[in-house]
Amino acid sequence: MSLDLQVLNHLASEKELDTLQYAKENSIDHQKLIGAIKSLLALPGEYIKAEQKQISSWVLTNEGEDFMKNGSYEYNLYNSVPKDGILQKDLMKLPNSKIGFSKAMTLGWIKMDKKHENGPTIFRAVEETTDVVKDVLSNIQSKNPVPDKSVQDLKKRKLISSSVTKFYSVSKGEGFRTDIEKPEADLTADMLQDGTWKSKNFKDYNFTAKGAPVVGGCLHPLLKVRTEFRRIFLDMGFTEMPTNQFVENGFWNFDALFQPQQHPARDAHDTFFISDPQMTPKEAFPPGYLEKVIEVHEKGGYGSTGYNYDWKIEEAQKNILRTHTTAVSTRMLYKLGQQEKFVPTKLFSIDRVFRNETLDATHLAEFHQIEGLIADRNLSLGHLIGVLHAFFKKLGLEKLKFKPAYNPYTEPSMEIFSYHPGLKKWVEVGNSGIFRPEMLLPMGLPRDVNVIAWGLSLERPTMIKYGINNIRELIGPKVNLNMVQANPICRLDKN
Amino acid sequence: SSGINAEWPLRPGLTEDSYNSFILLQDKLHQNIGRERSLVSIGTHDLDTIQGPFKYHALPPPEIKFQPLNQDTVMTAPQMFDIFRKNYLKPYLQIIESSPVYPLITDVNGTVLSLPPVINGNHSKISLSTRNIFIEVTAKDRKKAGIVLDTICGAFSEYCTTPHTIEAVEIVQADGSTFSSPKMGSRIEEYDSAELCLKSGIKTATPEQLADLLTKMCLRASVAGEKLKVEIGPTRHDILHQCDVEEDIAIAYGYNNIPQVLPDLYTIAVEQDVNKLSDSVREELARCGFTEVLTFSLCSRDDVSVNLRIPEAVGGAVQISNPKTFEFQVVRTTLLPGMLKTASCNRNMPLPLKLFEVSDIVVKDTLTETGTKNYRYVCALFAGKTSGFEVVHGLLDRVMLMLDVKDYHIQQTSDPMFFPGRGADIILGTKKIGHLGILHPEVLEKFDVTLPCSVLEFNLDPFV
Repeated sequence: MSLDLQVLNHLASEKELDTLQYAKENSIDHQKLIGAIKSLLALPGEYIKAEQKQISSWVLTNEGEDFMKNGSYEYNLYNSVPKDGILQKDLMKLPNSKIGFSKAMTLGWIKMDKKHENGPTIFRAVEETTDVVKDVLSNIQSKNPVPDKSVQDLKKRKLISSSVTKFYSVSKGEGFRTDIEKPEADLTADMLQDGTWKSKNFKDYNFTAKGAPVVGGCLHPLLKVRTEFRRIFLDMGFTEMPTNQFVENGFWNFDALFQPQQHPARDAHDTFFISDPQMTPKEAFPPGYLEKVIEVHEKGGYGSTGYNYDWKIEEAQKNILRTHTTAVSTRMLYKLGQQEKFVPTKLFSIDRVFRNETLDATHLAEFHQIEGLIADRNLSLGHLIGVLHAFFKKLGLEKLKFKPAYNPYTEPSMEIFSYHPGLKKWVEVGNSGIFRPEMLLPMGLPRDVNVIAWGLSLERPTMIKYGINNIRELIGPKVNLNMVQANPICRLDKN
Repeated sequence: SSGINAEWPLRPGLTEDSYNSFILLQDKLHQNIGRERSLVSIGTHDLDTIQGPFKYHALPPPEIKFQPLNQDTVMTAPQMFDIFRKNYLKPYLQIIESSPVYPLITDVNGTVLSLPPVINGNHSKISLSTRNIFIEVTAKDRKKAGIVLDTICGAFSEYCTTPHTIEAVEIVQADGSTFSSPKMGSRIEEYDSAELCLKSGIKTATPEQLADLLTKMCLRASVAGEKLKVEIGPTRHDILHQCDVEEDIAIAYGYNNIPQVLPDLYTIAVEQDVNKLSDSVREELARCGFTEVLTFSLCSRDDVSVNLRIPEAVGGAVQISNPKTFEFQVVRTTLLPGMLKTASCNRNMPLPLKLFEVSDIVVKDTLTETGTKNYRYVCALFAGKTSGFEVVHGLLDRVMLMLDVKDYHIQQTSDPMFFPGRGADIILGTKKIGHLGILHPEVLEKFDVTLPCSVLEFNLDPFV
C-alpha cells in the first residue's frame, strides 16, 4: 500500500499522526513520509489537516563523528604516553597533539616534568581513564539524556551542533476519506449524464497560460485597409469607377489630361511601355474629341495658349501600363461630358498602378492608388478643402494643412499635410487639385462645371499604421504569413 | 523703382553662390523642359574670350577640332566622343551621333564655343571673374528655346551692371530674315474680376485686393472697371490659362486661409458589381480557413509558361518592352506564380499551408480598344505533407454553394501543369471557367516548393 494511503488508513483508526514518531515506529524514511503528507495536502478537498511543528536536537559535527570513530584527541594522546614517560617534543609530533595535550592536562590525565634531565617530559598522572567525551557523544547520538554542562562543552568544542527537524502533526480534514480520488481536469458529457459531476473533485485551472491557439483563415492587411477606404467613399455617396483595365494608351493616360507629349513622365524610365500589343488603333479614339484634344495641345483654345508643339498620334497610340487611375477618371469625365444633360457626380476608385521607377524600401513597380473626384457647377478650392477635411476626419486626422504643388493636369494644385497624432508630426497624406479647363472643356462639360479631385497611395497609410518600414513586408511573396494572421481589425480612425 | 534690394551685392558679377546657382538652373532646364537636352540645349560663355559675329553651323565630325571643357588637349569630335562614352555625357551623344554632321557654334576667328547639345569649349568657359556672358540656346522646339532663354535672362539679369538689363542679339536665319533675341516679351491679359476668385473660393476679395495679391506673385495687376489687367512677363511662361492666374491668387491669399465648405450635392453611391462580389468571395474563402495573399501583377515570361509546363501560354501574355529585370517581362495571365512563390518563401509556417488570392490577370484580346483585357480570378492553394486535392475540391464546392451555383461540374483533364490523373477542368454550364488539381512535381521544382500542392483557379466574371 502506498504511503499516502497508509497515512489515511492510520488516521481512520487513530486520531492523530506524528510524522517523526510514525516514521520511527514503521521504519519509514521521514522525508518520504513528509512527501506523502504534502501530496495529500495538494489534493483538492481537505483530506487531512497538517500542523507543521519543529523540534531541535543535537547532532554530531564531522569532528564529532571522527571522535566517535577514532576516539577523542585527549584520550588518544593519553594512550600515547608510555609508563616511562615521553619527551614533550616527541609527543607533540602526534596529530592534534596541541588540543589533546591541553585537554588532557586540564582533565588531570597527564603531568609534565619540566626539569627532567632529557628535557620536558610528560608522564601519566592517572593509571587509567575513560574517553568521557566519546561517551557523551555516543549518548547524544543515541538520543539519551545528557547533562546540560556536557552539552555546552561539546558545543563549545564544535563537536555537536543544533539541528531543527520539521515534522507534521496530522489529523483528519473536512473531506477525509480513506481512498484517494484523482481530481478531474474537465467537465464531461458523461459526468452530466450520470450526475457524478456533483461528487467529483476538479483540478485547478492554469489561468496564467494562454488558451488553445485558433487556426483560421484571414484577409490581407493592405486589403483590409482598402475595404475601409472603400467604405469611407461609399459612406460619402461616391460611386465606384470601373478600373479593371491595367493596360492604357497614351491618349487616355496623358493626352486627354492635357499632359504634353514631351513631358518627362512619358519617358521610358518612368512608364512601362507594352511591346505586345504595342499600339491602340487610332480609330478607337472618339473622332470629334480627338481633334479637340490635338487642337488644345498644339494651338490652345478654350481660353488657353496651348503648348505650341507638334502633337503626334503615335505617342497617343502607345500602349502602357497605366501610371495612375486618373486615366479611368478621365474616361468617366468624357462620358459625363457627352451626356445630353449634365448631372453632377461623385466618383472614386482604388486600384493598381504601375511606375517604372527606381525601387527601394518604400517603392515598388506596382502599388495601389486611391482617387476621389466631384464634378459639379461652381466648385472651388473651398469645397475641395471642405471635402478633404471630411474625408481625412474618417481616418482620424483632423488637422490639415495645404501647400502649393504642381500637376500637369490640375491648376490650382495642393499637397495635403496632416498632423499625425501617433507620430506627433506633420506628414504628407495626399495630393489634390482642380482639373484644368483644357482637359474638361474639350470633353463637352459645361464651362461652369469644375472637377475637384484628390489622390493618395493605399500602401503609405497602411505602412504608417502598422509600423512597416519595408514595402516588401506588405506586398509580394516575401510577406510573413504570421504577420498576416496576427494583423488586427482595421480601424482607420483609431490610432 | 527698378526693384533693387539694397542687400544684393552692389559689385556686379558672379559670386560663388550665384555662379553655382547659374549652373544649377541650366542643369534643371536641360533635364525638364529640355527633356534631357534632346529638345533644348544651353551654352553659356565668357564673352570677353570670344568675338562676334557667331556662326551656328554643322561640320563632319572629323573636321571639328577644339579643346572641350575640362579636358587638357585639343581633339576631334570622334576623339572626344570616345572619352564621353565613358562618363556622364554618354546619354547625350545619341541625340546627334547618327548624323553625318554635328552642330557647332564658332566665333569670327573660328574659335569653337560649343558642340550642342554635348559639350562647350574650354576656351570660353565662365569663371568667377567673368564680367560679360554670352548665352546661346539651340533646340528642336522654337517655343521651348524661347522659354529657356527668357527664364535664364529673367533669373540672372539682376546681377548685371544695370540690373535687369541685357543686351539683345540679332539672329540672321538661313533665309536671310532676321529677328532679335531674347524676346523677353510681356503680354497683357484681361480677366473678369468676379470670375477670378470663384475657383479659389475667396468670394470676399475686392478687385483691388485681387490686384494686390497678383502683384505680390510677380503678375503686375491693376483694376480696370470690372476687369483686371494682368501683365504676364517673360518669366511666367507657366501662365497658359486663367486657371493659372487663379492658382496664384489662391497661393497669395494662402490656401490655409480659404474658408472650407462642403459641396451641396446629394448622391447615392453605387459599387462595381465585380468588386462587391470579389470582396464577398474573399470573406467566404477566409471563413474556410484560407489565408489571403497579395502578389505582383508583373512576372517573368517563364513564370506563366515554361515553369507551369505550358510553354505556348506565353503567346497570350501582354509583354513589357522595357523591363529593368526579368521579373517585369509580362503581366501575369494566372495567379499561380505569385501563390507558389509565397508558398516557397514561407517554409517555416505550420502545415498545411492554405492560401488564396482574388485579383486581376491580363491577357491579349483583339476585340478591345487596347488589345488587352482584365479578368478577375480566384485562386487557392493547399500545401502540406499530403497534396490536399480533396481539400481544394471541397473548397470549390463550398464557393459554388456560396455563389448559389448548381450548374457546374468538374471533368478530368490532361493539362501538363497537373500530376497525371489528378487534374480537372471546372465547367459552368458548358463552358470551362477554371481548373483544379495536384501540381506536377516539375512545376513545384521550378518554383522551389518542396511540398505537394493542390491548386484551384477560376474566373469570377461569369458569376458577377
